[in-house]
Amino acid sequence: MLLGPSLAVSAILFSLGVAGVLLRRNAIVLFMCIELMLNAVNLTFVALAQLYGAGGQIMVFFVMTVAAAEAAVGLAIILAIFRHKQSVDLQNINLLQG
Amino acid sequence: MTFSHWVWLAVALPLAGFLVNGALAIWRPRAATAVSLVGPAVLLGAFAVSVGVFLELLRDPPRAPLIVTLWPWLPVDRLQVDLAFQVDQLAAVMLLIVTGVGSLIHLFSVGYMREDPGYARYFSYLNLFVVFMLVLVLGSSFPVMFIGWEGVGLCSYLLIGFWFSDKANADAGKKAFIMNRIGDFGFLVAMFFIWRAFGTLNFVDVLSRAPAVLEPAGAIVTAITLFLFLGCTGKSAQIPLYTWLPDAMAGPTPVSALIHAATMVTAGVYLVVRTNVLFAMAPVSSTVVAGIGALTALFAATIGLRQYDIKKVLAYSTVSQLGYMFLGVGTGAYVSGIFHLATHAFFKALLFLGSGSVIHAMHQAYHATHSHDDAQDMRNMGGLRRYMPVTFWLMVIATLAIAGIPPFSGFFSKDEILAAAFARGAERPVYYVYYAMGVVAAFITAFYMARLLAMTFLGDNRTGEKERAHLHEAPWIMTGPLVVLGALSLVGGAMNLPPFVGGGAALEHWLEPVVAPAARFFGLDMPHGSVELFLVGGAVAIGVLGLLAGFRATLARPILPAREAPPDRGLALVVNRKYYVDELYDALIVRPFEWISRVVLWKGVDQGLVDGVGVNGAAKVSRGLGWLGSRLQSGQVGVYVVIFLVGAIWILRAVMR
Repeated sequence: MLLGPSLAVSAILFSLGVAGVLLRRNAIVLFMCIELMLNAVNLTFVALAQLYGAGGQIMVFFVMTVAAAEAAVGLAIILAIFRHKQSVDLQNINLLQG
Repeated sequence: MTFSHWVWLAVALPLAGFLVNGALAIWRPRAATAVSLVGPAVLLGAFAVSVGVFLELLRDPPRAPLIVTLWPWLPVDRLQVDLAFQVDQLAAVMLLIVTGVGSLIHLFSVGYMREDPGYARYFSYLNLFVVFMLVLVLGSSFPVMFIGWEGVGLCSYLLIGFWFSDKANADAGKKAFIMNRIGDFGFLVAMFFIWRAFGTLNFVDVLSRAPAVLEPAGAIVTAITLFLFLGCTGKSAQIPLYTWLPDAMAGPTPVSALIHAATMVTAGVYLVVRTNVLFAMAPVSSTVVAGIGALTALFAATIGLRQYDIKKVLAYSTVSQLGYMFLGVGTGAYVSGIFHLATHAFFKALLFLGSGSVIHAMHQAYHATHSHDDAQDMRNMGGLRRYMPVTFWLMVIATLAIAGIPPFSGFFSKDEILAAAFARGAERPVYYVYYAMGVVAAFITAFYMARLLAMTFLGDNRTGEKERAHLHEAPWIMTGPLVVLGALSLVGGAMNLPPFVGGGAALEHWLEPVVAPAARFFGLDMPHGSVELFLVGGAVAIGVLGLLAGFRATLARPILPAREAPPDRGLALVVNRKYYVDELYDALIVRPFEWISRVVLWKGVDQGLVDGVGVNGAAKVSRGLGWLGSRLQSGQVGVYVVIFLVGAIWILRAVMR
């Protein structure tokens, strides 16, 4: 039931996320792209749960929890960087350059 | 248990003296009285032990050496070396010379070195030297002898560089040590050969089995003896390793007398006599020994002709006389070699101590007037007979002894050596050449000794107006030992009076058990009757002529003090600079060696290979790799993501396949 379209949407979403991470420089946008990729995976889990049982749905809750925690930490880091550098452009953030 | 079993006391007493004086040198350097008591007392004790041993041997002469084993030293599989002493007739003679002459020189040192700030250190070294010298002459095997052999080299180094704050003295010490080490290498190689051939290193076993184990005149015995002789040339200052001995005069004068005239330098002669069978079985080696001896005797004597430093004259004289001893032992006249060793110990110690007495007086005179003239330069002396009559007359005795004038001791011993060389000439004509060289050297010896005596004691005084008042005879503690040595130089020949003056050749009979094995291979028919008297007459005439010529040539023209004297020119300069042998060695060996050390070993191997390639190279490689790795760390998150993505896809691909 709608398995094929669901997986197709999921793949499109994930690809958008990857493209965003690769191409955008704004840290916030990057962050949103990562969330996009996570949710694309969630969609895959849910879709496939029809075939393989509820394990996939439970996995989604885990992912959401981790994503929430990650969002809290990630946003805090971005905030701190902005206070420090007055910018969230990743090109300027290269303190660890070798 | 006989008294000879206590012979280790002769070594232990000076060793105790070394420890006490060494402790005093560290903690109580000002305790001069204690040092003056301990230093000579232990030597006198050792001398008493030596006399006891000698008397016992005299009462009951053993045919085989008495071995006194103290403890096992190197028990390694088949190699069993004990720390053991060997008492026989030869060791007893050496014991008496070392401790007897040593005691006198220790007493002299009390007067000579008393004011020196390093007084305690001086005596600790001097005692240690006697310890090692006694180990050398008493050792019952090659390795034990080698302890002493190395030890005397060490003490020589310490005492030559005694006033080490002057770089020249420290250099002279190093030179002596390194030259000796070259010789020691020969000794070591000889020991390896002996071990290979015999499987033992004990003198008794090696010498008794040598005729059975080794082939006479074979390659092995020749190699062994030539390497042993290389050791002798280092220790006994023979060509080509003699140059350290004249430089050794940098040390205090009593040291020159004890080490570089009477004892240590005779170790080579002692070694040849100790291993006489081996040398007798190797005719080539014996010819080499005698040849080097004769050459050294002549060569060093000519250098002595043009030296101005009183001690340098005596130093070359020592080298020359050691050459005579080797001529003797190389001829097969082992007893004559030891005989000359003994008489030389007396008169050369006397000459050195006499010169020490002169230098002491000169030094004090210059010190009193704050003059900086050279207290050892004979051109600054002259006419000292009036100020130091005792020293003068004793020096006259020593001069007559070394010049070979009868009835002084040197006459008998030198005459025996020359007669032996002449006798050997009948069998091997090259010894006639050696004999001739010895005779010429005897003439030159008489000449330069007359020159020394004339420049120092005769004529007008050249010390200086102000200094003259301060010249005076040395104290009794210094002249006392001189008198004893003078008496010994006078009558020392009595220990081996030849039959033609009615003597019984006592030393010859005394050492007969030691040298008997050699006689089978290298027997010697000493000349008798008219030939002998002709040789003796010739030797005396040569000595007298040399003395007369020396006095005439020296006193013919007025001598100028060192600071006014014109520099030497021509041949005189060449001889004064010792034929430039030092410069030659410097150019041929020392400089190339330094060049190799600096350019190849230091700059090339150490700095280039070890530091450059090894240490710094490893650091450079790691830094380069680190730099490559750091290129990945651009700090750009995007780049990381790309890499991460590529990696993830790659892994996925690998997993899915």
